[in-house]
Amino acid sequence: MKSAIIVFPGSNRDRDMIMALKTAVGRAPFQVWHGDTELPEVDLIVIPGGFSYGDYLRVGSMAAHSPIIREVRTHAEKGVHVLGICNGFQILTEADMLPGVLMRNSNLKFICKDVHLKVEQNKNPFLNKYDLFQVVRVPIAHRDGNYFADETTLDELEDGGRIALRYCGSDGDVNPAHNPNGSRRNIAGIFNKRGNILGMMPHPEDAVEGYFGGLGGKPLFEGLSSALGK
Amino acid sequence: MKAKIHVTLKNGVLDPQGKAVGHALRALGFDQFGEVRQGKYIEIDINDMTENAARHYAEAMCDKLLANTVIEDFDVEIEP
Repeated sequence: MKSAIIVFPGSNRDRDMIMALKTAVGRAPFQVWHGDTELPEVDLIVIPGGFSYGDYLRVGSMAAHSPIIREVRTHAEKGVHVLGICNGFQILTEADMLPGVLMRNSNLKFICKDVHLKVEQNKNPFLNKYDLFQVVRVPIAHRDGNYFADETTLDELEDGGRIALRYCGSDGDVNPAHNPNGSRRNIAGIFNKRGNILGMMPHPEDAVEGYFGGLGGKPLFEGLSSALGK
Repeated sequence: MKAKIHVTLKNGVLDPQGKAVGHALRALGFDQFGEVRQGKYIEIDINDMTENAARHYAEAMCDKLLANTVIEDFDVEIEP
């Protein structure tokens, strides 16, 4: 699988993502700087976590209008898979490539801890190595991860099987007590209509080594590699 | 002239920052107020345009970038 990672001023999880792709896929991604206007031919584009452009105005809003995101959009429309993690998810919503918006956490705090996620949909290249409703442990690290969309949009996401991951307890119980940031319906990750874009707040790239952070994120990269690899 | 733009959260969208500000004000002894909502204020200098054109221009800026209309409303005032 060939991949590219977009690096913005303020991205800070790009190196973790490069390591994760190298570890799980065996091939390092191309690094594409935000000012570039062309993307190499790849199977997967990753928008990493961080604080692109210092979170000015709204998280992700500046990056969403950068030239390289236009290029990402063009590739996504052709069917290339796009993975947005944390700030990457925020950028994809601001760019209207995913619905809704990520607001300030309901407790106003930056939260950095491991959470449990329930896999709500596994018939896609991103999550095909997980069992349906499998509970996975990966870290979150964000201040603006409170997913918001109006009720109609949320129903559309539910009905279209486009909710990828929800925050839950270690037993898989989805309830407000296990919602770290106030996200509507405990949503941690969603797909676009076509299913080739996944945005998620948690960091699977920080859970790919047994000795550090566990292995909860590794199947995501292995799944992508086997589904998109040639 | 100047476009004076207020960006505020829509009614019904929770505003935890406004809530925290309200708590802090009460802790300081202010108690004769209700809900607090926090927003943004942006000033933009616009030249060589009629007032009406400047308003439409600023509104387009809000739609495109300055406000996220999923959760925010905006209000444009033009100062000649």
